Amino acid sequence: MIENLTSSRLCLITIAAQLDIRNGSQGAGSVYGSRTPALFYNTNDTTTASPGLKHPAKAVFLQHNYPRNSLLAAGVNKYSRSQVIAKRVLYKRKPTGAIAINAPAANKTVEVKGAKNGGSRVIAAAKAPRFYAAEDVALPKKNRKHAGVAKLRNTIVPGTVLILLAGRYRGKRVVFLKQLESGLLLVSGPFKVNGVPLKRVNQAYVIATSTKVELDATKIDAQLNDAYFARPKATKKAATEEAFFEGEKKKEPLAENKVALQKATDKVILEAVNKVEHLRQYLSAKFSLSKGQAPHALQF
Amino acid sequence: MSRLYAKGRVLGFKRAKRNQRPDISLVQIEGVKTLADTEFYLGKRVAFVYRAKREVNGSKIRCIWGRITRAHGGSGAVKARFRNNLPAKSFGASVRVMMYPSRV
Repeated sequence: MIENLTSSRLCLITIAAQLDIRNGSQGAGSVYGSRTPALFYNTNDTTTASPGLKHPAKAVFLQHNYPRNSLLAAGVNKYSRSQVIAKRVLYKRKPTGAIAINAPAANKTVEVKGAKNGGSRVIAAAKAPRFYAAEDVALPKKNRKHAGVAKLRNTIVPGTVLILLAGRYRGKRVVFLKQLESGLLLVSGPFKVNGVPLKRVNQAYVIATSTKVELDATKIDAQLNDAYFARPKATKKAATEEAFFEGEKKKEPLAENKVALQKATDKVILEAVNKVEHLRQYLSAKFSLSKGQAPHALQF
Repeated sequence: MSRLYAKGRVLGFKRAKRNQRPDISLVQIEGVKTLADTEFYLGKRVAFVYRAKREVNGSKIRCIWGRITRAHGGSGAVKARFRNNLPAKSFGASVRVMMYPSRV
């Protein structure tokens, strides 16, 4: 790699290395700096654009998933400014005109009634903050990390009987319905059998048994998703002084449509459960370890 | 009953002959006698449950949580790291090895 560099680059690298030793190395800065070109070459040309581009700036400006330049030493890039620009292959691309920049929001002038009120008010488009801190405090960076969706274990299949290991229903044997978009498992007792309602459960807190209920995955209502289990947002005005002193709120009964959905889902499960001998009793019994049983030796 | 955990005993701290490292405790799990058996328990959460005189959050029972990190030796003992180090009073005391996070 070093052989391909021009002699001038090599000189720059050695100079940079010397400076590093004297000044103490600095971190690599951005190759592009803070310049944002006003005229962009648009990505209607798909032949040179690389697939999988999601960031809008990338789609317009970079058009590829790899950086065009790289840092050899502090202040010394592999390619010169003109070389990087040449890499953009502009001769092949057609400029499609400037990207529409949204006009900044204008101040609003509002008419005000009243003889002594001055006739009109100017409402600024950007509202002045209510509070100015005395000292500049560094804000922590926003976390942009998102945990991926957990991969479903191959032992867990719609209809598998699962043992819940933690939570209010620990020890209960329960039927697995499907994995939701968040990665959580949708599960039902059935409610009549062991009191476990339609519930979301994390895969890590579940043991998959080899017992399976013959369940048609398509028969599970499409309504059952993460949004179905979202908690209803409490109204702000509900927090009155009286309520504060009263203590806990009364628990509201479950919505009728949810009760109906529970019954409908369980009906399908129970049809399959009743076909197998002892399966209903199995589901109503709780799992527990007894003396001499070590989990690592058990075959679930 | 409804036990959903394996029983274990705290053997002591990780140590050499004359120095000990209290951040890691050694645990012996009932029924686990070989190195191969310990593989199931790696990563499992462990609870050291103990009683105290003063009530905290409405209970006199307290708990220190931890996780099993690796095997110790070839006879089924296991190393566990707790959120707060176990007190030396815990040597010989019982510990609950939960079955979660489950990989089964």
